Parts: sequence; C-alpha cells; structure tokens
Amino acid sequence: MRPPDASFIRRCMKRYYFERFDMIELPSDMPKREFGFRRADSGMVRHLQLHDSADLRVLLLQAVPLEVYVSNARYLLPSQPIPEKVWEDAHLIFDIDAKDLDLECRPSHTVASCERCGHGTSGPCERCGHRGIRKTSVACPSCMRAAGDQADRLLDILADDLGVREGVRVYFSGNEGFHVHVHDEQLARLGAAERVELADYVAFRGMLPERLGVARDGASSLPRPSEGGWRGRFAREVLGSKAGRSRTAREISSGGYDAFARRVEGMTSGLGVRIDPGVTMDVHRIFRMPGTVNGKSGMAKVPCADLKRFDPYVSAVVFSDEPVHIRASCPVSFRMMKRRFGPYANEYVRVPAYAAAYMVCKGLAHVVE
Amino acid sequence: MAVLGHLELAKYPFLADAGGYLRECGFTLEQLADDQDLKPIRDQAFARVAAAVDEGKVYRPSIETGSQLPREVFSFLLAVVLLKMSGARHLAKKFAMQEARGAEMLLERDLGRARTASQVLLATEIIRDLSGMGIQKQEEHFVVPVPEYLRRAVTFHAREWKLINRRVESGLVYLTPHETVRLIRQELVNYIVSRIEGAAMPPPVPGLQGFAGQLSAMEARLRPKTVVSSGEFAPCVKHAAKTMADGDNLSHAGRFLLATFLLARGHSISDIVPYFEKAPDYKKSVTLYQLEHLAGKSGKGTAYRCQSCQKLKTLGLCHEIPECAGIVNPLQFGVGR
Ligand SMILES: [Zn+2]
Ligand SMILES: [Zn+2]
Repeated sequence: MRPPDASFIRRCMKRYYFERFDMIELPSDMPKREFGFRRADSGMVRHLQLHDSADLRVLLLQAVPLEVYVSNARYLLPSQPIPEKVWEDAHLIFDIDAKDLDLECRPSHTVASCERCGHGTSGPCERCGHRGIRKTSVACPSCMRAAGDQADRLLDILADDLGVREGVRVYFSGNEGFHVHVHDEQLARLGAAERVELADYVAFRGMLPERLGVARDGASSLPRPSEGGWRGRFAREVLGSKAGRSRTAREISSGGYDAFARRVEGMTSGLGVRIDPGVTMDVHRIFRMPGTVNGKSGMAKVPCADLKRFDPYVSAVVFSDEPVHIRASCPVSFRMMKRRFGPYANEYVRVPAYAAAYMVCKGLAHVVE
Repeated sequence: MAVLGHLELAKYPFLADAGGYLRECGFTLEQLADDQDLKPIRDQAFARVAAAVDEGKVYRPSIETGSQLPREVFSFLLAVVLLKMSGARHLAKKFAMQEARGAEMLLERDLGRARTASQVLLATEIIRDLSGMGIQKQEEHFVVPVPEYLRRAVTFHAREWKLINRRVESGLVYLTPHETVRLIRQELVNYIVSRIEGAAMPPPVPGLQGFAGQLSAMEARLRPKTVVSSGEFAPCVKHAAKTMADGDNLSHAGRFLLATFLLARGHSISDIVPYFEKAPDYKKSVTLYQLEHLAGKSGKGTAYRCQSCQKLKTLGLCHEIPECAGIVNPLQFGVGR
C-alpha cells in the first residue's frame, strides 16, 4: 500500500476502533486464546496473549493493525509456539467463500489491475510496464446470495443431522464469504481427523453407493424423500419426482454400480455444502476476529442473524461517509449503503470514506493527497 | 456402574469386583489355590490363559447352566492372579485380547436380543462401563452421539465407517449391535488389560506357583527374541536356503540352522515352511511338526536357539565372508550396522 493510502486506512480504522469498540466480540476465556495481527507494512505477528479488553484496545489503537485474528482454540499457554501451547479445545468453524462457488457472474465483476501502479490492465501494464497483475472481485450481490444459500444449507445439516441448533453463529467474513462458528462443547474437543469427517459429511464427500441403496450385486432400493439425513436429501434433490425416480432406477440398472458410484461422486459439489475443508480441520488456526475490519475490503466481520435479509454492503460497512478525494480505476460499478459507485476509468472523484476504503483496499483507487 | 447378576458376571467376568465377589461367595484366594475340590477351577483358569496363545481360538464360557456361573468368574479372577504372579505381560495382553473377543460375541448377542427396557439398560450400561460411550436404543438400532462415534471411528480405515456413510440424525449415529461392539473393541481390550495391570499383587500362594511358572515359560516364548531389524541373511543361512531351494539334500544340522535362524528373526512357522518344500524328502506334516518343536510350541516347550558361529564351523556349515567380522552368532549378521 502506498503511504497516503495506508495512512488513510489507518485513520479510518483508528476512528472505528475508538468509537465502536463495542462492535468487537471478545472471545470467551480470552487469556487462553492466541491472537495475531498484520500491519499494512509488515508481516504477520502471531502467538500473542491478550488478557482482557483493555489489552485489545491498546493493540488496536496503538498498532492499528490491518487485520486482527484470534484462535478458535483455547490453550494453556497461548503465547508459546504451537507444539508447546497445550491445546485444550477449539470450537468448530466452517468457511464458505463465494470465490469457491465460481458462479457465472464472477468474470463480470473481477477486475485485473497492475499490481504496482493499480492501472486497470489485463496484460503487462501500459502505464508503468510492470508485468504482474492482480485480480480482485468487486461487490456482487448474487455471489453473496449464493454463499448465503450455502451457509443456510450448512445450518440445516448442522441442525437436522448433527443435532446442533444452539450455539451456531454465522458471520459475514468482511469480504466475500461466511464463517459459521459452532460453539458446542463436545464438538470443540474433536481433533483434526474427526473434523475431516465432519467436513466430508457436510460436503457430501466419500459416500458409498451402498449407503444410497445400490449394491455391487445389482440389488438396489433407492432412498425415499421422507427419510432423514443425506438419503432423504438425495431422494428429494436428485430423484425428485416419480419420473426422476424411475429414470435413476433405469440408469442404475443399465450403467451398473460403477456408473452410479461415479455419478454420486460427481454430485459432491452440487449437493454438498461448499466449505473449505482445510479451515474446518485445522485446530491451530487463527481467524479474523468478529467486529474487526477486513483489510481486503475495509468492511467488518459482522454477525449475521438472518441470512435471507442480510445485506453485507450495508450491515458490514463501518467507516464514515465523509467525502474522500481519490483517483479510481474501477471498471465495474458496485453498490454500498444502497448507493451506486463507478465505473471509474482512472478518474478523480469524491466518494464517502467507506467506498474510498473499499476501493483502496482492493487496489482499485489511490487517495489524492 | 451397571448392577450385574451372576449370568452377566459369567459373561463379562472382568466387570466383577474381584475381592468383593470372592467374599460374597464365601471364598478366599488361598482356598481357590489349595482346596482339592476346587482343582477344576484352577485347571480352567490355566486353560483360559493357555487358550490365548492359541491363535484363532476363542474361549467360550459355559453359561447355560446356572450352577456353573460362579466358576466362570472364579476361573477368570484366578487367571488374572496367575498372570500377575508370573509377571507375563505379553501373555496378559494376548489373554486380554482373547477374552475381549469372547466378550464381544456375547455383547453383540446381548445387544441384539435386548427387548425389555431393563435388558436394554443392562446392555447399554455394560458398554458405558467398558468404554464410557453413551449409547441408547432407538427403534431397532443403537445410537451414539456424533462426537463419541467420530472419536472411535476415525481409527478405522474402511470407507463404510466414514460419517457420510452412516445414518446420522439429530446428532446421533445409528449402529447395529455388531457395529456398536466393533466400535469399542479396542476399549474392551484396554479395559481387561487395565484390570490385570491394576490388580493387587497376590500374596505368594504355594498352590499356584506351578501354574505361574508355566505361564512364565509361555511368556518367554512369546517375547520377540531378536529384533527384526535386518532382512539380511548370514552367508551360512543363505547357503543353507539355496541348497534347499535347489532341491539338494541339506544335512539335518543345516536344516536346523535354517529353521532356528528364521524363527529367531521373527518369521512365523507358515512363512518358514516354503523354505523346506523343495527338499527331496519333504512332507508338510513332518516339517510343521519339526518346526513347531524347534519353536517350542510342542513337546517340552523349550525353543531351540540358533547355534554359534564356532559350532557351525565345526559342523562345516560356516561360509564366512568379510562382513562376518566380529560376530559370534549368525543372528548378529547385518544387525545394528
Ligand atoms: Zn502499472
Ligand atoms: Zn457474482
């Protein structure tokens, strides 16, 4: 980040953390957590122990980090290196990112720009000659709706199959996805291997045809829509109507076990929840702290009580609407706080601080000194 | 803890509180050890342990006649005492695995047959006592909470144990009696091992010394003799193996060398038999008998050791090479270098 851009973001953050410290959700058992942060101009600092909200306030207002992270794990000695921390437990987390859904609209709101000067370009920079480009995705309500649908499906599976109804909190990640935190004492004690199983379960990964009533010896008794769990979901979403049912039955009898096995495998992404399994299984990770700002967008990670009505481009906007003078190269328009911004073709414009921060964080604008 | 009757204790004697049970039945350890009328129990206890070293054999308690039930518990408790006295740890482990296998079958049957509420309660409480796994009956199935299932199932590698391949509803995993018992197999073994390890060291009871001594001898045979750290055969053994493979007649001493070397390196009898198949006078039953004899599994039970280099030289079986420098027994060849 250029110095004027960095100092603008820093000012916005400092003001937000000063005025709205109450937005930050302090973890339970704070002294048992590992904290970490990253500043605009430096690498990651990890293995920090903070004892209370005063410690955190000092960190936020003095270091003014671009990103703040906290472990889902509790440790006896959080400031030690990982092998010596003494892991106690870690609430379960699922990560859903719109980027992994790869919707059709994605190319239309992905912007390529020169990673050195920010000039919009898809090849070597016409302005400075630099060859490296970076791609950023600009606010897209359809992508967020799709990610929200995934989170919704995850909540259903958690409740119906895994019996987890209480203690589930959904957060908008601050950029393009959702983090689903599951606060359940029993699940929190599970290790990485067990979490892989949970991740595979919600993702519909690794299901044997036998579980869906199709055996190698040719016998088949397909599940009914009224059944619970994946059998019922499979019946409702794949077999669907009576016609769909008999068509599938025909396919199985003609294609046989192996063809059906391949078909089931191919359904993973359509039927399962698209989570990042690496996040769920890692019991030593640090996650963006709820209420803190995401340095990739200038928006905050905020709780999301009602996925259907949630508009991240309103609820997660935390910077002020004071006008800021920027030079913007954003070929795609976007909406924030129900206002439309752009497209900007390397233009000098005045926009509210939140929109300026959004573009600056994505490398699509620079603050004019 | 589940409240167990005589029948359950006969089936799952490791759940019995040893001291309390004996007192309740009006017996002392000394009586069990010395009373002439109780000799069958001593023999049964010994047989129970001895059965453990017999691969593939499962001890089945006789639980059909009520009067025999205490005998099952006594013989188990006495077996534990004998193992404790002999200090045979390998044997104790084998014994635990063997007893666990037997209990597994009975437990599976008990779960499968449990109909009334009290039968279900008893069977599920036994499982809870053994493994800490909270289990309940629902319809025709047994259900366990997802975390409890996962903790155990992740150690299995078959895909059918993956959570996705299970019926999972409202936080519960549905299992058949067979699957339920399979899930706690390791805990069952551990439980029995811990019962043996945790048992108090019995006072020296003269009547049991003989048995304990025999168990120590069994233990000596179970203990791995040489670390299987090298696949390399000493040149004398290579020569003997080659003579056999070529179908030539190998002297009795040469065959003895080959067999004792392979046994000491940890090869099983069934793995060794093929080395002798090409011999002109090969007869499987004879070879098996001889190998078992050499391994100490039959007859008077002493395992034969591989002869020293010195002895092999005098027998004309030594084929020394430079790498043999510094060893006094072919077993040391290629080990630890
Ligand atoms: Zn450039
Ligand atoms: Zn989109």
